[in-house]
Amino acid sequence: MSRVARRIASLAGLGIIFSALAAAGMYAQGSNGLPREGQGQDKKIIKNVGRPSVGKVEYVRYCVGCHGDHGDGQGENTPWIEPKPRDFTLAVFKCRSTPSGTLPTDQDLMNTIRRGIVHSNMPEWRPLPDQMIADILSYIKTFSPRWKTEQAGTSVEVPPETPVTTESILAGRAMFQKFECWKCHGPEGRGNGPSASGMTDSKDQPIQPLDFTTSDRFKCGTTNADLYRIFMTGLDGTPMASFSDNIKGDAGWDLVHYLRTLQPMRTPEATIWKAWLATHASELKPIGDQTGQ
Amino acid sequence: MRLTKGMCGAQWLTACALVAGASLITVSTASATVTRHSDSTVTPNQAAIDGQTARDAYRAYVASIQNNEPAATASYATVRVKRIPAFARKYGLRCSACHTAWPELNSFGQQFRDNGYQLKNERDSPIYQNNAYFPITIRVTPQFHMERGTKQLVDATPGDGESGQTEKTLTSHGFDMSGTDLWTAGTLFKNVSFVALLSSDNFASFHFEAMNLRFDNLGDNPWLNLKVGKFELDNLISEKRFLFLSANGGSYATYHFSAPGSSVDFGVGDNQLGAELSGHSLNSYTRYSAAVLSSNDGDPGSNNFSSYDANLNFSQAFDGGKMGVERIAAYAYLGQRPTAFQTTGGDLIPGSGTDRKTFYRAGVAGDFFLHNLEFLPFYLHGNDNAFLASGAAPNEPLPDGARDASWNGGFLETHYYINQQLVLTQRVEAIRMSQQAFSSTPSTLGNIDAYSFGTRWYPFMYSRAGLAVHGEYSLMKTVSPGQTAEEGSTVNIWTSSLLFALDFDF
Repeated sequence: MSRVARRIASLAGLGIIFSALAAAGMYAQGSNGLPREGQGQDKKIIKNVGRPSVGKVEYVRYCVGCHGDHGDGQGENTPWIEPKPRDFTLAVFKCRSTPSGTLPTDQDLMNTIRRGIVHSNMPEWRPLPDQMIADILSYIKTFSPRWKTEQAGTSVEVPPETPVTTESILAGRAMFQKFECWKCHGPEGRGNGPSASGMTDSKDQPIQPLDFTTSDRFKCGTTNADLYRIFMTGLDGTPMASFSDNIKGDAGWDLVHYLRTLQPMRTPEATIWKAWLATHASELKPIGDQTGQ
Repeated sequence: MRLTKGMCGAQWLTACALVAGASLITVSTASATVTRHSDSTVTPNQAAIDGQTARDAYRAYVASIQNNEPAATASYATVRVKRIPAFARKYGLRCSACHTAWPELNSFGQQFRDNGYQLKNERDSPIYQNNAYFPITIRVTPQFHMERGTKQLVDATPGDGESGQTEKTLTSHGFDMSGTDLWTAGTLFKNVSFVALLSSDNFASFHFEAMNLRFDNLGDNPWLNLKVGKFELDNLISEKRFLFLSANGGSYATYHFSAPGSSVDFGVGDNQLGAELSGHSLNSYTRYSAAVLSSNDGDPGSNNFSSYDANLNFSQAFDGGKMGVERIAAYAYLGQRPTAFQTTGGDLIPGSGTDRKTFYRAGVAGDFFLHNLEFLPFYLHGNDNAFLASGAAPNEPLPDGARDASWNGGFLETHYYINQQLVLTQRVEAIRMSQQAFSSTPSTLGNIDAYSFGTRWYPFMYSRAGLAVHGEYSLMKTVSPGQTAEEGSTVNIWTSSLLFALDFDF
């Protein structure tokens, strides 16, 4: 074999390795580039001990532009962005695994930093090492006395997911009507319900309900379990309340399955729902204000 | 290509013939115009006047040293480095979010770049930006610098060209300014990003340093991205975003080295024209790229060889715990150049090249953190086929005794981040020829040793613009052909640069 041929063969070999790598990556992440259920960002990695003095340095590097020197959400960039950055002095966090009104776990905060918050300026800080995030978290906790006087809540339990069936989706649709989710998120999940206009958060800042039809992610996750958890914990500081008193056990999965049919991706739920609608659409009552019907 | 005194007889003639050919087919424009005579040296500034690129100017600068010309009198336009406050303005992030010390990217900046200049927060498309926002940045570097070169050839009696020549150390210094970068980059749409970089020398002669369009996350998958146009090779250690600016230190010698007498114009640090398929994990810890490139070293409109090169890169990062993010990389570049052309009236016909011969560059690189201390090791092995290494003229047989040329090069660069606004830098670099194209050529000819150190201080750090107060000293030893001694001898030429600059962009 000539030298040139050997080089070409070597390059071809490398090309095969790259292709295999890409294929493995595609499999690991699913068709929409997001982690598959149970993979990726929710790995349990909080075993690092945060160092506030180091965390301050990293906070200034990555966070201070939006969250401000004092953690009050008044960074130099704050006037120009919506929604406004989190005010750490209140220690109120949207994305938690803990009951409404309680402090989140370190893992919750780490997950938020890693995945970012869709439709906001909070990016995905995926490349930051675990230790660095732990350091930043330990510094963020110095902004509020709540972290000294309270413990993080106990994570709500997410039961095993029930099978995706037409019945489950229909039950979820009924819950969407019953609990008046449509008033904020709109009858078709477009975030344009009658209550959406003029909605504000706990700091009187304008806030928009999620438009499911354009979002392949949620504010606090991507998976079905993440969505289930949001029902149970609510998004503190926003009008999205906890439904843990109203939705019990497996019923939450029904609502998850219905909401998945509203999203733009090709989900298993959407496939089942579309097939059912092809022959049964006329049987459905429209979602919305049915008091006059 | 470089003309050296070490080349003699048939090699000298063939090299001269190749220079003529190279001039015709616009290969290595700057090098071809550099001669051995000190009174016709093309200084980088003059190169700029001739409309050559900063890269050409750099080559002319290095060539002038290798040819034992008074390079110290040259005022080399500093190599442009890249960072885009336009992105900081778009997303409201401080420079430090994406840069260890701008312009060098940190792991988050690498992820942002890999994502196609997107944060992936569903607000990347221009439709979400204020209509007044325009992603453009301008950068200039006013400076004071001093250049010194030993053993420069001068007339024994100034003004008397017949008085013979002698060697002397020459020094020049003064206030100066760099060229200008006009860079626009960003997204045309979600997952469609672009770069357009107009770069000038310090006489405002512009050229396209980069111009490309990238389709990001094909099929919503970060492992598939396609870029087409002119772009920087996917080097782990980017010369476009590093922390040195001076004439000596402002480029990696290893990235632009050519073996003495070789006709290969390629440099790892040169932006290339072609298409690149790349991909990365969600956190960009695992990255790959595979590119097909025109065999013209990135010179637009001069794809006269109708042949292609290939470049492969792979890197893997690790969470180093309290140390930081550690990354290693391997790369390979396989190129080819023709050695035969059709002619008309004896002149070479561009684009008709055949009988291609190969060259390659391959090696490894790393980026290691030890808390605030960063190490950037780099190793390259280069090899040019005998036809190319000997500088054989097109359509001529291989000169007697010609063989492949090969060499090894590398550097170790270190940064110590005192804080986010103050960094100390140093770099030690060496290139060693392991085999010359001709056994008669001195084995050390072309070897380079270089050392640089400096500091950059960023008086402020926010999300709108950037300023760095830059100080740097760089020293380089080049083994060049002897000028006054007998043929075949070598001489060590020392050049140094001292630079104080205000490096700002908006």
